[in-house]
Amino acid sequence: MFGLTKKDLSLLGIVAILTMAAPFILNPFPTESAMAQFNAGYPDLMQKFVIFGIFAIGFNILFGLTGYLSFGHAAFLGVGSYSCVWMFKLLGYNVLPGIALSIVVSGLFALLIGVITLRRSGIYFSILTLAFAQMSFALAYSVLSNPKFNLTNGETGLQVYADDPQWFHSANLPDLPHLFGLSMRATHRMTLGGWEFQFNAGYYMCAIIMLVCFYLAIRIFRSPFGLMLRAVKSNQQRMNYTGLNSRPYTLAAFVISGMYAGLAGGLLSAVDPLAGAERMQWTASGEVVLMTILGGAGTLIGPVLGAGLIKYFENIFSKINESVLHSWFGFLPDGLEDFVITIVYPFVGKGWHLTLGLIFMLVVIFLPGGLIEGGQRIGRLFRGKKASKAGKSATTEPAE
Amino acid sequence: MTKTTMSRRGVLKTGAIAGAGLALPTYLSAASHAGFTNAPQGDTVTLGFNVPQSGPYADEGADELRAYELAVEHLNGEGDGGMLNTFSSKALEGNGILGKKVEYVTGDTQTKSDAARASAKSMIEKDGAVMITGGSSSGVAIAVQGLCQEAGVIFMAGLTHSNDTTGKDKKANGFRHFFNGYMSGAALAPVLESQYGSDRKAYHLTADYTWGWTQQESIAAATEALGWETVNNVLTPLAQTDFSSYIAPVLNSGADVLVLNHYGGNMVNSLTNAVQFGLREKMIDGKQFEIVVPLFSRLMARGAGENIKGILGSTNWHWSLQDEGSKAFVQSFGTKYGFPPSQAAHTCYVQTLLYADAVARAGSFNPCAVVEALEGFEFDGLGNGPTLYRAEDHQCFKDVLVVRGKENPTSEFDLLEVVEVTPRAQVEYAPDHPMFAGGTLGECNPGA
Amino acid sequence: MDAIILQILNGLDKGSAYALIALGLTLIFGTLGVVNFAHGALFMIGAFCSVTLAKLLNLSFETVDPTQKDFLGNPLKVKTPYIESWFGPEVGATIIDWSVPLAILFAIPIMLVVGYVMERGLIKHFYKRPHADQILVTFGLAIVLQEIIKFYFGANPIQTPAPDALSGVASVGGAVGLNIAYPIWRLCYIAFSLLLIGGAFAFLQFTTFGMVVRAGMADRETVQLLGIDIDRRFTIMFGLAAAIAGLAGVMYGPINAPNYHMGMDFLVLSFVVVVVGGMGSLPGAVLAGFLLGILEAFASTTWATTTIPGINQIIIYLVAIIVLLTRPRGLMGKKGVMED
Repeated sequence: MFGLTKKDLSLLGIVAILTMAAPFILNPFPTESAMAQFNAGYPDLMQKFVIFGIFAIGFNILFGLTGYLSFGHAAFLGVGSYSCVWMFKLLGYNVLPGIALSIVVSGLFALLIGVITLRRSGIYFSILTLAFAQMSFALAYSVLSNPKFNLTNGETGLQVYADDPQWFHSANLPDLPHLFGLSMRATHRMTLGGWEFQFNAGYYMCAIIMLVCFYLAIRIFRSPFGLMLRAVKSNQQRMNYTGLNSRPYTLAAFVISGMYAGLAGGLLSAVDPLAGAERMQWTASGEVVLMTILGGAGTLIGPVLGAGLIKYFENIFSKINESVLHSWFGFLPDGLEDFVITIVYPFVGKGWHLTLGLIFMLVVIFLPGGLIEGGQRIGRLFRGKKASKAGKSATTEPAE
Repeated sequence: MTKTTMSRRGVLKTGAIAGAGLALPTYLSAASHAGFTNAPQGDTVTLGFNVPQSGPYADEGADELRAYELAVEHLNGEGDGGMLNTFSSKALEGNGILGKKVEYVTGDTQTKSDAARASAKSMIEKDGAVMITGGSSSGVAIAVQGLCQEAGVIFMAGLTHSNDTTGKDKKANGFRHFFNGYMSGAALAPVLESQYGSDRKAYHLTADYTWGWTQQESIAAATEALGWETVNNVLTPLAQTDFSSYIAPVLNSGADVLVLNHYGGNMVNSLTNAVQFGLREKMIDGKQFEIVVPLFSRLMARGAGENIKGILGSTNWHWSLQDEGSKAFVQSFGTKYGFPPSQAAHTCYVQTLLYADAVARAGSFNPCAVVEALEGFEFDGLGNGPTLYRAEDHQCFKDVLVVRGKENPTSEFDLLEVVEVTPRAQVEYAPDHPMFAGGTLGECNPGA
Repeated sequence: MDAIILQILNGLDKGSAYALIALGLTLIFGTLGVVNFAHGALFMIGAFCSVTLAKLLNLSFETVDPTQKDFLGNPLKVKTPYIESWFGPEVGATIIDWSVPLAILFAIPIMLVVGYVMERGLIKHFYKRPHADQILVTFGLAIVLQEIIKFYFGANPIQTPAPDALSGVASVGGAVGLNIAYPIWRLCYIAFSLLLIGGAFAFLQFTTFGMVVRAGMADRETVQLLGIDIDRRFTIMFGLAAAIAGLAGVMYGPINAPNYHMGMDFLVLSFVVVVVGGMGSLPGAVLAGFLLGILEAFASTTWATTTIPGINQIIIYLVAIIVLLTRPRGLMGKKGVMED
């Protein structure tokens, strides 16, 4: 079905079920319990999971397949966000034109940058992409927001003001991004016993788009084009000697992954109509690299997992403050309580960057294939050697 | 809020689970029966403290968080009560807010609009916060204020100094206690005139983003009204760490005053560089060269060390003030933490009290009732003298402090001395002043 | 004319920091073949060595002075550094005043150890891994190091002032009729960097150890076949590169107050510098460092920013792009380095 093998189809099916049931899966703890702190099933975070999932899937098409490490992908995310908000400002709050434009503009932008940067490879390519992204960030932050030619609204972030034209906006439409009248913020809350589940329109739109993106990524991975990209990674020189020009393939991969990033940026604006320049900063580019590596570069599902993990850290771990710790360890004797908190405190709350950095290092050192490899190793431990072969091919191997 | 249209049927078809979720689309409706977002359930109320905990403003954020914890203590009737005892309004009784115990959640803004909005959203969507407060930069304040307007909760801004927060980007659900760039200019100008005379040539170095621009505009307008000449205004990149290439041309520009429209790390570095280049010892046409830093913060002053001595600037509040409110606050903060509070801590503490008091006076947590109670509210006893929350733009009007870096500090906290308390009348402006024009408050949004 | 010379000095000053960091990066790359993204963090740790030394020297005991009050109205606790009570106030104050130059001595052993531990504990295991993995693991290490520093020292900058004697302004070029006032400490920084760079080159050029290292950089296997333990020497080179970055950080403290993210601020630019200079080329790194520093200084002048708005923010990246596209191996890069 859909031109997929049985294994890929079941992978797609699992991802589809997981995303559709996310409001349940991510809210395992009752609202009033002490563990509710770890619930992630609220609209904003679920949206971030799938949107950054798209971003990471796209990045993986470039990095996972061709091995070109771009340190400037956030520029496309930012360009996508800005395009989408501009559509809101000019046409109205319907998200479709915004998302469409963000894909087109970021694709063109990626084509322009790709033509230049792909003339080099290795670390030179990384530095070139980094340079372009940093230039875009600097310009968006200040120069392109001057009062005479305000394209980005600088530090404050591009947003819709009451006096914007919004040609197709009418009074009976929501004053927030919507899909033909269905507000992206529309949320249905369902209470089941002590649990509360939230079903958000914006999330489901993004989730469906992510499934489409995931499907396309599988097709790319399995296509002759994908094979060609892997060939670039394993030995570009040999490929060139056989008379093949690899540049068009890498350029296509670069543009496709740029469009994925632009789409993610457009969706970010679609669920929350404000686009800030810091989305283009090199640390944001670094973030998507972290996501992909953490999950497993070159695997299909890995980057999505990595994106989820990092966003979970950013939003859940960073909210564990000292008083929360005291409430957790309150049952311990005073001296021991303080001791435990002193040990835990540097790693949670404002120290979440430290934990993230450590986990990242551990993954790169011990699990070069990312969490997927970790899962496979554990799976092999449990199922013995025989099952490991099947387990390995269910999720794709790193393309090395 | 949501309209039923053809397309929703399409969405209903796309996925069974999605369809089930959308059958009753409501808008952030924790308790739609109460008529507003996140109406407190049970005997507690949750406030969201959204401060920078990582990134360059983490120290300000930490101090803000200390102030919030103190405010929550006082609201719940613990501790010595702090400024509750000196506050002119007596609606708060130390039994929480409207009898509900105050609880709080914290989040990290990272001083990025995106992260700040994500953190605020999680507080609203997940933790049921009915008010969001905090922040240490204007970009973040404006971004979160917009979000709170859309979601239907109250936003009590923390440290934000840009004119736009209550100007071009003002929102009905947002309130700012902190002062702004215009007020800095209006308060500084008379002091600059009396200290440095009315015949000066000023050279501006300005951080190249929205806050820098509005402050530069404000200061230039105020000083030009004195008769000063603005020789040049040079924009510096936010990421700049070494300002030598920008300082060097000042020497030969003929200017005799350098105005640094910088904050945070930018300010520390540009001031340090300016002092290194010997600007302060320079004589231009028989006049002593001077440096002005319009927005001062004690935490930043500490970063600038010796360089801050003798330099004029303005600040929202300083712990050395001797009114009853300030003394009570410094006493209870100092006893708890062992050092005096910063101006960021002060404004955050006050904002929390003001919100709680407005709820108590309105008798409801409904954002629209709170907005009504805060608009045009006159109060005293919170450290800044008689203060007005103006209804037209939700900006507080109060005295502004002009301060100078102290020559002989007695302790590591004693870095600034108050030169003058500029009376409120002098820093007031019309709501439609050109520097603040362009935005509308809109209607208060209770959400639901 | 004065203005031009002033900007050249500013450029040399900024370029010194770039050159020192880039030199260390290139040393590590050239010897061990490792791309070290944590090099900025080493620069930062160096700066915090001098913060730590200043704190140690200022360790104080408290005496209660009932005549003065603190901010809560309690009797003021007056702090006196131990140093002042041991050596007398005059000598003690002088020692504290000279804490930054003293920190150079303090930082050298610390940085050598940090570099050694980093190489033996982590980097060693990454020689055979792809460059991307090296970049990623050292990037993670940089995050961890900077978060640890933030945890102990806070996020705000901490001043490490230059000694009084060196913190004024000197007139430069009076002999040739120029009237330029330039901060003494910045002149010291340029001189110090030149010395350090010269020292590093001399060490590689004129000592046996340096000769072996250079031979190893050119052909590692042959040197090993000759029975020389090249790995041990390369580890020492890593320590040296760390020390160079650390010293650059110590000396940079008085110019701009150290904070926890100063390493990241310099890292990206230093990488651009290395690539522009040509991967693996030591003279290239130094040349590109000074060149880009000077270009940045000139791009920041009013004349440049009014001609092309925003040029001051993008000049380095723009130059990097142009250089890489016209001279693929950078200014002085060698063939076959990093071209796999």
